[in-house]
Parts: sequence; C-alpha cells; structure tokens
Amino acid sequence: MAKAYTPGLKVTARTTYRVRRLLPVSGDVRVKVGDSVSAETVVAETFLEGDVFPIKVAGMLSVNPSELMPLMLKRAGDTVQVGDALARSKGIFGMMKTEAKSTAAGTLESISESTGMVIIRGAKTPVQVRAYVAGKIIEVIANEGVVVETDALFVQGIFGVGGETWGPLMVAGKSHTEDLLEEHIDASMKGAIVVGGARMTAGGIRRAREVGVAALICGGIDDADLRDVLGYDLGVAVTGSEKIGITLLVTEGFGDIAMAKRTFQLLLAHVGKMASVNGATQIRAGVMRPEIAVPLGEASSGEIFTGGATAGILDIGTPVRIIRDPHFGLLGSVSALPEQPAVLGSGSKARVLEVALESGQRVTVPRANVELVGD
Amino acid sequence: MRIVATDCGSTTTKAILIEEKDGVFRQTFRGEAPTTVEEPFADVTLGVANSVTELQELSGYKLIADDGTIIRRKSTADADGCDLYISTSSAGGGLQMMVAGVVREMTAESAKRAALGAGAIVMDTIASNDRRKPHEQIQRIRELRPDMVLVSGGTDGGDTKKVIEIAELIAPARPRPRFGGEYKLPLIFAGNKEARQTIERVFSGEGFALSVVDNLRPTLERENLGPARERIHDVFLEHVMAHAPGYDKLMTWANAPIMPTPGAVGDILQTIAKGRGINVVGVDIGGATTDMFSVFGGVFNRTVSANLGMSYSISNVCAEAGMDSVLRWVHLDMDERELRNRVKNKMIRPTTIPQTLEALVFEQAVSREALRLAYIQHKSFATTLKGVQQQRTVGDAFSQKEAGGSLVDNMALDLMVASGGVLSHAPRMEQTALMMIDAFEPEGFTEIAKDSIFMMPHLGVLASVNPRAAMEVFEKDCLVVLGWCIAPRGEVRAGRPAFDFTLRRANEVVAQGQLIGGEMRLVRFGHGEVGMLEVRPERGLDMGASPGKPVTREVRGGAVGIVLDARGRPLKLPTSAVERRACVEKWLKALEVYE
Repeated sequence: MAKAYTPGLKVTARTTYRVRRLLPVSGDVRVKVGDSVSAETVVAETFLEGDVFPIKVAGMLSVNPSELMPLMLKRAGDTVQVGDALARSKGIFGMMKTEAKSTAAGTLESISESTGMVIIRGAKTPVQVRAYVAGKIIEVIANEGVVVETDALFVQGIFGVGGETWGPLMVAGKSHTEDLLEEHIDASMKGAIVVGGARMTAGGIRRAREVGVAALICGGIDDADLRDVLGYDLGVAVTGSEKIGITLLVTEGFGDIAMAKRTFQLLLAHVGKMASVNGATQIRAGVMRPEIAVPLGEASSGEIFTGGATAGILDIGTPVRIIRDPHFGLLGSVSALPEQPAVLGSGSKARVLEVALESGQRVTVPRANVELVGD
Repeated sequence: MRIVATDCGSTTTKAILIEEKDGVFRQTFRGEAPTTVEEPFADVTLGVANSVTELQELSGYKLIADDGTIIRRKSTADADGCDLYISTSSAGGGLQMMVAGVVREMTAESAKRAALGAGAIVMDTIASNDRRKPHEQIQRIRELRPDMVLVSGGTDGGDTKKVIEIAELIAPARPRPRFGGEYKLPLIFAGNKEARQTIERVFSGEGFALSVVDNLRPTLERENLGPARERIHDVFLEHVMAHAPGYDKLMTWANAPIMPTPGAVGDILQTIAKGRGINVVGVDIGGATTDMFSVFGGVFNRTVSANLGMSYSISNVCAEAGMDSVLRWVHLDMDERELRNRVKNKMIRPTTIPQTLEALVFEQAVSREALRLAYIQHKSFATTLKGVQQQRTVGDAFSQKEAGGSLVDNMALDLMVASGGVLSHAPRMEQTALMMIDAFEPEGFTEIAKDSIFMMPHLGVLASVNPRAAMEVFEKDCLVVLGWCIAPRGEVRAGRPAFDFTLRRANEVVAQGQLIGGEMRLVRFGHGEVGMLEVRPERGLDMGASPGKPVTREVRGGAVGIVLDARGRPLKLPTSAVERRACVEKWLKALEVYE
C-alpha cells in the first residue's frame, strides 16, 4: 500500500462555496431562493425565549408556601415590571403589611405552592442571522435558515480567534516571509481584512485593534502574544466567541512561520474585493477550521465545497507541509512512501514518508506529521 | 466457546476474538476499523462489521454473513460463527449528563458519583449551595445539551422543599437534549421519596421523559447508587443509543446490553479487585480527557478530568500545571518560548507524533503532570461520605480522620493499571513505569501493569455474562505486567541510607543491597519469575508495616522488573535547576529509560 489518507487544509483559487446559515431555534426566513444577498443581509430571524428569574416570594413575606396563593397580587400570564408588587401579606390586624416586589421584568410564568417560588420569564431576545458571504440563496430550510452559494477564492486557516466578520481585502507588507509589524498598519485599514506575511507581532496586533481592523490574516502567531490578546492562556482549541474586537487567523501555526507563498499570492491577487472571515476553530468532534472566502462572481467552478475538515490521499509528488518539529512548517512534496515502519529518533516505530523540501533537501518524517497543501 | 467483542470508540471500532481452548479462555485475534457513526455512513454496524471482518481474515473463521451481520453458531462443533457477541460504546462523545442535588458536598456529590460510575461525562453539577445565583444556574442549564439529567436531593422522609426548588429551576430552563428535535429529555429522579408526587407534577410538561428510582442517599450515612446507575444504563439504551445511528440494529445483535465504555472499564476493575482482594487504581489518558478509576476497600470510584489530555487538551495541562512543573521532569536543554509554541501546535494538530527524542521527553513530562493533576482530582472526589455524624470511641480519640477523607491510600494500593496512547505506546516499558511512578507516587509495594491493547472495555461487558472468561483473559492477555515499585513513605535524607533489600528466588539470593536517600535502582526480574522481597527501611521510613519495620512480600517479575525508589514520599525534587536536572538524569539512567 503506497497510499494513505491524510488531513489537509483547503486553499483554492476558485470553488463553489456553500454555507448554511441557520437559526439556533426555529423562526422566520426573510429571503427566498434566487435572491442575491450581501454579507450583511439578514436572511433569518427569530426570538429566543427570555431569561428565567426565580423569586422566593413566600420567604419574602415570611409565610408558608402553601399559604402563598391567596396573597398573590399577580397571576400566571401577567406582565410584571421591576418593583411591581407580586404579593402582599395580611399583616397584623390589617396593619404592617409586607409586599414582595419583583426584581425582574417579564411575564409571570408559575407560582409554586411547594416552595413559594415565583418564576418570571424575561422578554424574548431577538436573534438575526446574516448571509455572511455575498452570493445567491439556493435553498430555504423552512423556519430554520438558508443555504448561500457563491464562487469564491477559499482559504482554510489552521487556527483563529474571534467570530465572523467581513470587509475589503488589503495587504500589509511586501512578502509572505515578512512579519506583520506595527508600522504596516495605518488608519486606512479600518474595517478591512488585512493580510500580513509571516508572524503577526504583538505591536502589529495592538495597532490593528487601535485602528479598528476587522481581521488579521498571517502565517503565524506567538503563543505569548495570543495570551496577551485574550487575557488568558487558551487550554483547548474551541474558539470563535471571543469578544476581542478583531478576528485573528493564522494559516500555518504558532511561532515564526511564513505564510505559504501560494496562499499569500492568491490573496494578493484579490486586494480590494470584499472578503468574509470566520476565526471559529474547533478541534474535537466535528472539526471546524477558520476560513477566508472572497466571492468572485457567479460563474461556476464545478467543484462544490461546504466547509469542514478535508482529507486526501498521499502519493508520490503530493504537495505537503511538515507539521511537527524538527522540520515544522517546511513545504515540499512526497518523494517516497516506504511500506515498512521505521524507528524514529524518539525510539518509536511508525510509518514514515520522505519529503523533497523546496530547498532540494530530502527528509524522512512520520506520516502522521504531514498535511496536504493545495486544492 | 468463541466470543466476539467490540468497543465502538469515537474514531475507531476495536474487535477482539476470545476462544476457549483446553478449558482456558484466551484472546486470540484483534481487528479494527474506523467508526461509522458520523455521515456519510451514519450506521455504527458498518464499522463493527468491518472490524469483525478483520478478525475473520486473521482467524480464518467466517464470522460475517453476506448480509453484513455477525454469524452465530448453532453448536460448538460448527466451524464458522461465534457463540456470543457483546459491545461497548463511547462513539459520538459518549454519555453526557447533567446532575443536580441539594447540597453540593452531599446529595449532589452522590449523584455525580452515580453518573460517573455509570460511565457518563458530567457536564455540570447544580446544587443549592454551588455559589451561583438561581438565574445563573438556569442560564447554565439552558446552555448545556445533555443526553440525560439526574436529580437527587434530600434524605428519605426529610425536608422536600429544597429538592423541589431545584426541580423548579430545571423545569422552566427546559434544557435542550443533544439530539434535538422531538426527543424528550430523559430525567431520572433519585431523591427524597416524599417529594416524588410533586416532582412528577413539576416535570409533567412536554419535553421531559421522567423516571423515578430509589433515593441514592436514603440517609446521610448511606449511599445507594445501584438503582440510579442501573436506570442510567437503561435510559442510555432506551433513549440515547436508540437515537444514535445504527444502534437499534447493534442492540439486536448483542447478547448483553451495550455499555458505555468507561462503565465497562470500571466493572472489570471492580471484578479484579474483588476477585484478588486488592486495591486498584486504573488510568486511561487520552487526547482530550483522562479517566481515573479506583477500588479501595471494595468501594469503586471514577472521575473524568475533562480537559487533561495529551493532544486536544495538552495546552490546558501546561496552563494548569505551569510550565515550570512540566519542565522539572526534563533533563535536556529546551527553550521555553519554542516549547510553548510547540504545545499550541500540538493542540491545533493533535494527530502528530514526536519524531525526536527531545519531543518525546517533553510529551512524557507533560503526561506526568496530566496524570498527577487527574490523580489529585480523583483523590479529592473518592472520599468517604460527607455530612455524616461520626461516633468516636476512646480508641479514636487521637485519630484525625474526618468524614469526607479520601479513600485513596497509596500505601494500601496494590496494583496500578496504565492505558492510553502516551502510556501504552511509549517506545520503552521503562518509560511507562517511570511516568506512572512519578505521577502517582505509590508507597510500599505496588505492582504496575499496562493494558496491552485497551481490552478492558470488552472484558467489562464480558464479566457481566461470563465472569470466568473475563478474569482469565484479563490475567493472561490483557495485562502486561511491568513490575513493582518499592518506595518508602517519609522524608529521606540525601546521601544517608534509606533502606536495605534482599530479593530471593526459592531461597537463593538474586539481588541485595542498600538504597541511599534520593537514589533509584532497577533490578531486572523477568516475566514469569516469582520471588520474595525483603526490605528493611531506616527509622522514620515506612514500607507498610509502620516506620522502621521490615516487610517481606512476594513479587512477580515483569517487562521492567523491580524499581527501588528511595526518593521519599511525598516526592520532592531539588529546587535548584542544576541539581534537579542532575537528579532527573541520574534516575533516568538508573532505570534505563531512554537507552
């Protein structure tokens, strides 16, 4: 067997990109099949059930829960405001009456005679789902959402933080090997998706946040700089909900590492176009990688991509990236796939392959330590 | 007798064949195939059939019929098919539960113990005194998407108000089940029996499938976890499994109920502990989580350390333990900034493996800290019942033992069982042994073994239908005995004698000598060898018979041998970096860890 499946990240000049935009609970879809949408278009909306506020009314009146019902001034289904009297005690000879006032606004949902607890349900919260990428609606999932389709330049990153955003694509710096520094960022980049080269430095990230850059895309990031941005040390790679005012996306990994030349050149070719970026990463069941999509127009590429993890077959000549030290980050192509397991420097036995690096050097690495690059 | 057993894991389905030959059960072949729960297959039985097909190819017996089902023999004279088929499952993230009780340290803790013991992952524990405000608790309940909920609270005949209050928080929060749609969320009530009627009313609305079992804490002094655990297993089969793709079919194939994988591991360890009359600790360290099991004095406990693992959670281990704690086990030069980046790179590309010795040394250092932290969590959970009034006699007057003290006692520990990638796949057995010793710090005489091919889940279910077969396979094929750790409790003095030892085999002295404080030594004693080991500790050092008293015990040989550890307990490493590194290097050399 000279072939093996191995994971990879998708980087493609043109693909038909489909994205499902769904509500968390059922609601109304605002568009129809065939509609053209921009990234900001609201495609579906709904209301989430309000928060629940329990109030120990019997305790507030110092009565037994079983005695509460006749003292209630509000009934299930009534609307209440903060400060409204929910119940009133009988007092002593009609004097010294105590009132239990609501500490929350909403609808009175239930009154418990067992515990004397009153449940107030807060107002519903509106939730809107936007299209996220410019394209056409190709499917409406009744009460749930839509599928948006567009032909796009599509790049999967390896890791990101921050959620969905969009803006015009801009490039800072001159090459894929250049670190993104403070001086590369200027005020004109406000609201833009800014592509750097190699590592995004602490200064570069700070300046981008000051200016209001929507997203930064680079080859790498230092662990210490990520910790500074987040304010804590990330333990598990489940991201996307960080409220840091910017989306950060790295295409290669942590440390000093250049963006793959092809990725940089593909992005460079589309400067000025609107791009959509999502930093959300989830590396457990149902792998999710961060992504950049640059809609290109309507002509179909024939190939359809719907996100998620990608994998392909390793074969002689397959372009790969080495993803573990001692050759971390180096690119090359598979030059040999030996059948027999080999003993590694660590003493473990594992199946290996040989990679012809871009420098011309050949190195042997475990098959588990490469990923596919390219389409 | 021919038995086929499978364990459907998140990524791989592992099949083993067990055969009775000459009156003895042995595991003969194993096969594996990718699990097929997710799309595009969405049918777990395909992966099962593929893994059993591998058994078929290796064994030469026809086990899979043309329609993809497992063939059963009508008589043992038939050449093809098997007599028994059993399975465990942790596919699709295993069994995820939310538990609730009134007092965090009492009924809520008992509920958590019941859920963990049944093999569940406990997503959160809600209690009246968990320091969250009621609306925060409700918010949390709404965020979770459990497979089922276990509610306890109150002793039988005691106050009902508090447990009803908890129920009244859960009901309006309407937690959404993981499988969504029309699925009713199973909710088990195992609290004060006086509250049952009201509880039934509170959960009478749509969305809940309520079942009521005996109180899991009928009195403060007694836990009764059996009925709740059994109900969890039933609900797991009836509701959760029934909604997982292909499990309805798999359940009809199996001769015994399908069990959650960790529940089965717990069962086999309990069977072994009971059968041999010993205290056992078992660990399974994975990429995302670490499962820890213990049986002390017949009491079983299990904990899951959700974010202590070697790939997905490696960054969390380093964050929780601190990089200094990890690096104290390393004897090579390493750059901290580079290491931190490497840890993050492993987190985002979790399937990579160490290529260089340096990378292996670092990963094994991380594993020591992951295991150490998971063991601390386990010790603090595996306790005697809290909230129990103690009657003290005059004899107890000087005893400081309190209710809620840990059941885990390293001196009473007889056997440690290691499993999980970093332990099972270490290139040398000596590495596995030392990782276990450094992380767990066993005291006195402790046997160390590893699960050869993670067969414990299969044997756990087998124990429920054929305990003899399970025991025989466990002893002969599942466990790979690494050897023994001999270590005194107490503080040693560097450079001063710690203990003398004499190892005899049939009255012939095989090895003897003296250990100096801070020293480690390895005596090779091979698999199948049995001897008597006498140790004579110095004053103040305890080998199990009280400080300074000699101890003689039978020891069995193993792949590593006998590790004599005179570093003292609790284990203290020198604070000076230079001294510490010299020490670690000396220990690694003594045990031939990286040679």
